[in-house]
Amino acid sequence: MTASVRRILALIRKELLAVLKDPRSRVSLFLPPILQCLIFGYAATYDLNHVPYAVLDQDHSAASGELLAALDGSGVFQRVAVLSRADDIKTLIDQGRALLVIQFGQDFERRLAAGGAAELQVIADGRNSNTAGTALSYVGTIVDRFNTSWAADHGDARAPVRAAMRAWYNANLETRWYMVPALIGTLTLLQTMLLTAMSVAREREQGTFDQLLVTPFRPFEIIVGKALPSVLIGLIQATLILLVAQLWFHIPFVGSYLVLYGGLTLFLLAAVGIGLMLSAVVATMQQAVLYAFVIIMPLSLLSGLTTPISNMPVAFQTLTLLNPLRYAIDIAHRVYLEGADLTDLIPDLWPMALIAAGTLSVTAWLFRRGFE
Amino acid sequence: MIVAADGPPAVAGRGLRKTFRRKGGRGLGDGLVTALDDISFVVPPGALVALVGPDGAGKTTLIRAIAGLIACDAGTLTVMGIDVATDSQAVQDRIAYMPQRFGLYEDLSVQENLDLYADLHGVTGAIRAALYPRLLGMTALAPFTRRLAGRLSGGMKQKLGLACTLVSTPSLLLLDEPTVGVDPLSRRELWEIIVRLVRDQGLTVLLSTAYLDEAERCDQVFVLHEGRILAEGPPSAVTGRAADRTFQAEPAPGQAARILQSRLLDDPRIVDAVPEAGQVRFVISDVIPDPAPDVIPAIATTVATTVATSPLAGVSITAVAPRFEDGFMVLLRQQDAVPETPTPANPARDRSDLLVESVPSGDDPGPMMIEVHDLVRKFGVFTAVDHVSFAVARGTIFGLLGPNGAGKTTTFRMLCGLLSATAGTLRVAGLDVRAVRAAARQHFGYVAQKFSLYGQLSVAENLDFFASAYGLQGRRKRERIDWALHHFELRSLMHLASGQLPGGFKQRLAMAVALLHEPEILFLDEPTSGADPRARRAFWQRITGLAAAGVTVVVTTHFMEEAEYCDHVAILDAGRILAAGTPASVRAQAPADGRGAATMDDAFVAIVEQARARERAAGGTS
Repeated sequence: MTASVRRILALIRKELLAVLKDPRSRVSLFLPPILQCLIFGYAATYDLNHVPYAVLDQDHSAASGELLAALDGSGVFQRVAVLSRADDIKTLIDQGRALLVIQFGQDFERRLAAGGAAELQVIADGRNSNTAGTALSYVGTIVDRFNTSWAADHGDARAPVRAAMRAWYNANLETRWYMVPALIGTLTLLQTMLLTAMSVAREREQGTFDQLLVTPFRPFEIIVGKALPSVLIGLIQATLILLVAQLWFHIPFVGSYLVLYGGLTLFLLAAVGIGLMLSAVVATMQQAVLYAFVIIMPLSLLSGLTTPISNMPVAFQTLTLLNPLRYAIDIAHRVYLEGADLTDLIPDLWPMALIAAGTLSVTAWLFRRGFE
Repeated sequence: MIVAADGPPAVAGRGLRKTFRRKGGRGLGDGLVTALDDISFVVPPGALVALVGPDGAGKTTLIRAIAGLIACDAGTLTVMGIDVATDSQAVQDRIAYMPQRFGLYEDLSVQENLDLYADLHGVTGAIRAALYPRLLGMTALAPFTRRLAGRLSGGMKQKLGLACTLVSTPSLLLLDEPTVGVDPLSRRELWEIIVRLVRDQGLTVLLSTAYLDEAERCDQVFVLHEGRILAEGPPSAVTGRAADRTFQAEPAPGQAARILQSRLLDDPRIVDAVPEAGQVRFVISDVIPDPAPDVIPAIATTVATTVATSPLAGVSITAVAPRFEDGFMVLLRQQDAVPETPTPANPARDRSDLLVESVPSGDDPGPMMIEVHDLVRKFGVFTAVDHVSFAVARGTIFGLLGPNGAGKTTTFRMLCGLLSATAGTLRVAGLDVRAVRAAARQHFGYVAQKFSLYGQLSVAENLDFFASAYGLQGRRKRERIDWALHHFELRSLMHLASGQLPGGFKQRLAMAVALLHEPEILFLDEPTSGADPRARRAFWQRITGLAAAGVTVVVTTHFMEEAEYCDHVAILDAGRILAAGTPASVRAQAPADGRGAATMDDAFVAIVEQARARERAAGGTS
């Protein structure tokens, strides 16, 4: 047993030396997470803080005035024009002077007062669907708020203004808060997976794997010795992202580090398991890289980061259950933003443990089969 | 010198210099490496010219410079009167170059590879139609045009490489070690092709080689050493250096030739000693003016007293005709006032620090360390190893010989537990490899054919890792690493990344790693492939010392003369053992075809050819 542990420690030391000795590979492991985190934090934000809009108010009522005031007061919407004819909408949008045009019908207030559904028409410049979608969702949020206060003021439980748009953002509409913590999982996944797959593929390609196999190393010792350095490097990368999130973006961390790192370790074991499984089937480093990228795309798309899982077709929703990144992002969000504790995270933890155990066992089996 | 035929010389160089920068390493420094150091030479047209010299002498650099692939720092170089530096394209149109690893596309068939190179050189239509049958006929590849290049044997790959090189119908052919890794049979065939190209088609061929018997067949030879030309002229000029200095000693009855050889090498007056056909051939240094009258009897006496196992046995020494290799060794020894590759301390001498135990001497073979019985390995329908049985006694050297694809490596990998056997039993150090693979591994060391240590880690880090891998720790581990650094003279290089080591030192490090845990068995897969004669001598001296200290050694090799170092050899072809026994008995088993089997090389070719002929005959009748 102690001999086995000693061998594993020797392998871990060798792996870390091999990776960290070369200044270029040190840079390539630790600089990209920081850079990517900054880029994502700034560039991949869906927030809009300047939405030029125009109004075509055919009602000129107190109700429409109140809603417009809410829009103007949001700090996001800037009214650039007040229209009098419906024909003007097209020219305004075409010229790109306004992103949105909000149109109140003549009977807006009357319908509201009657307790029926009042319709608010929002026309968006669909040429940039993302921006339009975001802007529309902002309108939706403001309409929701208006509905709440209208209901409170008029003692009506129903939401009178029909809002086709629904906000899927956090309350204060900051995507960065949502995005950056999720990167802890997303950014570490590719590199740990690739690092592991490459470390075995390189040994195979250079013939050192045979040299390793003729020493008393057992397959499971090699697997553990290969997995742990990558997990360690993944944790260091996660720490760097965490530091950028707090020190640079000032996103307040409300949870427990112990819980977060515990969850991350399980996640990285699953990621490394996938990497090792990959390494057992590829013959060269080139194949390892190609397959890693084939795998990483669906993993990130099916993680729920960019598209809500609930919007996916049912079959794909089921597929996301096999994706460790899905759980990692959830853990990062919940620990970082909500302060969730271990018991809250059990639904995320056991699937990752299962994935790690599954991939590592398959790898062990594939390694053993390699001798046949 | 050969009198140049009409026209400009095929190649002429004057004052060529080339230096490379080598990175890092405390021992070697951040210095420049001089690959070519003021070289001037002329290759006459229509000649077959060999470049020989130790590893790192500058052979490949010179060939690549002539091919216009690297520019020299100084000097002028012309090919057929055209300046390589200013008009490399015109030169490349007239030459063909086959590098050490020729770029065959392994996923394409023989025909497709030929087509590709013909297309690349713009050879089309009638010229192509006329060329193909000639090339395929010459290389005997016609029956295999549809086979994938990756499925060809090593020798056939080299022939296909040669055919692809020749599609451009060059006037000058440059071959960089064309026969490395090629078995003796294929080597002979390749040489017949080369000689025919020169004799029948007037092609000029310049080739580098580590096989000195090949240099002997050339019109002219350049001996390169550390970027300089040590000697040039017909091979006989080099051979002549060993005239009257080459002798043969007969070991005492029952004495392995390699023991005598090892003793002879210890004598500073002797520049070279090799076992050959049961005898030991040795060469006296040219520092001694006329060795025959007094030195030889003196050597005979000292050797007899240290070697002979019984007081009655003596050593008889007779003079023999020198060979190119003998002259080459005399020549190189002159240069080694400060040896670049130091002559290794004879491990046999300080074997006490290597291993404590010693071999049971005499006729008792001792316990069998390796027992292979009815070993079979199939890959699908193909049987790579077909009912192979052999046993290796403790402290002996066992050689597995065979042409490319004979099943040597497959057998080897099964012995090391890297591949499982389809059927049969495999016992290593008394353990069933198939049952207790990991436990068996503690008992052996393994040196792969290709350098397979961690290139980015330093020498010390590699030793440290493998020592831990074999379970060494604490003082024991420090001692063993210290032993390795000392014994293999690696201490000055210990902080250099192992991938940057010069070739011979890589080999030493690989050996050091394999011996760290003091294994009882050492597996060596083509350890001397591509190594120069001196490096091979040094290597075998170590092996001989190890065997004397009780280590059992299993080795595969393409150099048939190296079989003479072995106690037992087995010749494998098509997965079956064709002949086995002591080198002498294998030589005796060779079918006498008038020429007889004077050397292991001849014996090997005769045995394999006979077996193949029998196979064909049997195939024809069934």
